[in-house]
Amino acid sequence: MTGDLQPRTGKPIQLESVTRRWGETTAVDGVSIQIPEGSFTALLGPSGCGKSTTLRMIAGLENVSEGKVLIGGEDVTGRPCSKRDLSMVFQSYALFPHLSVAENIIFGLKVRRVGRSDRDARLAKVAGLLGLSELLERKPGQLSGGQQQRVALGRAIIGEKPICLMDEPLSNLDAKLRHEMRVEIRALQKQLGFTMVYVTHDQVEAITMADQVVLLNDGRLEQAATPRDLYEKPASPFAARFVGTPPMNLFPAKAFSRLAGAPEHTLGIRPEAMHLEDGGPVTASVQALEYLGADILADCVIGGTLFQVRLPTTKPVAPGQSIDLGFETGALHVFDGQSGTRRDDLISEYGAQLRS
Amino acid sequence: MRGLIFRREWITGWLLLLPALVFLFAFTHIPAVMTILNSFFSTPRGRRQAKFIGLDNYERMIGDPVFWKVLWNNLWFALGTIPVSVGLAIVMALWVNEKLLGRSFVRMAYFTPTVLPLIAVANIWLFFYTPGFGLFDQITGALFGWPATNYLGNPDTALNAIIVVTVWKEAGFFMIFYLAALQSIPITLKEAAQIEGAGRWTIFRRITFPLLMPTTLFVCINAVINSFRLVDHIFILTDGGPDNASALLLFYIYEVAFRFWETAYGATLTVALLILLCLLAISQFFIFDRKVHYK
Repeated sequence: MTGDLQPRTGKPIQLESVTRRWGETTAVDGVSIQIPEGSFTALLGPSGCGKSTTLRMIAGLENVSEGKVLIGGEDVTGRPCSKRDLSMVFQSYALFPHLSVAENIIFGLKVRRVGRSDRDARLAKVAGLLGLSELLERKPGQLSGGQQQRVALGRAIIGEKPICLMDEPLSNLDAKLRHEMRVEIRALQKQLGFTMVYVTHDQVEAITMADQVVLLNDGRLEQAATPRDLYEKPASPFAARFVGTPPMNLFPAKAFSRLAGAPEHTLGIRPEAMHLEDGGPVTASVQALEYLGADILADCVIGGTLFQVRLPTTKPVAPGQSIDLGFETGALHVFDGQSGTRRDDLISEYGAQLRS
Repeated sequence: MRGLIFRREWITGWLLLLPALVFLFAFTHIPAVMTILNSFFSTPRGRRQAKFIGLDNYERMIGDPVFWKVLWNNLWFALGTIPVSVGLAIVMALWVNEKLLGRSFVRMAYFTPTVLPLIAVANIWLFFYTPGFGLFDQITGALFGWPATNYLGNPDTALNAIIVVTVWKEAGFFMIFYLAALQSIPITLKEAAQIEGAGRWTIFRRITFPLLMPTTLFVCINAVINSFRLVDHIFILTDGGPDNASALLLFYIYEVAFRFWETAYGATLTVALLILLCLLAISQFFIFDRKVHYK
């Protein structure tokens, strides 16, 4: 990845309680997000959560029913996408099948009547940067999936726009290529300095690439935080279970006999945060085992609630066996029984009760 | 032994091909070859057998002013119908491909001329063109106070009147092909172009139209063949008149062969039509092929 494309400053994006409705259904419901300039923000969520619609509203491909979209401090809510000064990579790449790779990449420059010498110089730079120099005369149909992906990237970065939007750009690639492209896209964004908004349903992709992850669920904003905060301090049971593999274990408080008197809150502990501890606070029976090589994933039951725990392979356990488990108090999460919000104030109290 | 098996397979193969061969030869190849042969013979009359006369029929054709007239008519007819009907078809398809109120009704309305039987269509238009109380005369009379005009009876307007009917009939038919092609173009291509700052016209010129080229080639070849195949409208509307002003090549062939019963000369004209069509189809493929992107 060498090249001398000038780093450029991105523009911040701001969504103010943006809503999108189609008749009765509400796809995006009052979402407010701050996307700082030059940052990499991932819109994460399960399919149908409104993340693509949100991206398309930023792009101007979708009308905003309510609320405002601001780019660089300017209200662009009513502006067509061509006037928003941004570029976009589509899930299907949307390459023009009848044009060569070179023509595809410089399409936008030609539309904007950039001079021929400038155009050629920029094309050479971008093609060098993305390793496409040998393929410029080919048609998209003659390229592999990864190469097509690069052409779509080239078309997005050649315009040197301050904002780049990507809609699940890696979902059509195989696992190995996806990892390579993940690293490459991240490096490209760092090098060129534009603001990136990246839609994905893959939490690993979001966690590994982004500066900020915006988690959406059912059209609503669940949590917007750094990947670390999202993992360590999930704001809701949904966020807790969506991020991390295997997902966080959630227990009703009454699953633990020592918390019998507590109100109906939900407790969460990640499978990797638990460990075998004789006389530990949690006594569970093992139901099934999954051997993963590096460790063992054990399905256990406590008080009628199924949960998973990651155990070392050095201390073998067997199905039907009863095991004692322990965890650090800091690894405990408490979510309010009514609202589902995070209750950091209860963690130390519950931790102490469990250990008593 | 091996030879026997080989021959058995050979016989089975030909037996399997036989039904198709019989029909292909009986209805396509033999008539075509017979037509070419007949064009070198005189027309048999009563007890007088057809005799070989070489290129006499072709010499007659080249000297026949009516042949040149209908050929010229046909050229004018093709130039008048093809670009207009193809252009109209694209415009209509683009329009009904948009989200608009009563879209399926509009689509159906455009396609109706294709569904209606040819003779019925020609009769309706006959009424439109009727001097005095026909639709056109009533409109032009009421709006501009023009006198009654006999569009079909005037040598200057007869062919143009038939061109109008043909365009009306063909455009809806071609629209269906363009509509199907438009719907197979992914919407994201348009969106990607919009993001890059392209306006409606640029998107059409740089994206939509090039991707429609395979359809355009198909439609153009069909339009050319149709323009040389039209007879039925002429029967009803003008019967080729006045003074062969609206006669086309195929209509003239019909007249020569089945009204004047000069079958040999009819065969000669048919050969001329065949050669013309072959040349047109081949040249279209060669000219278009370089510009057409197939998926």
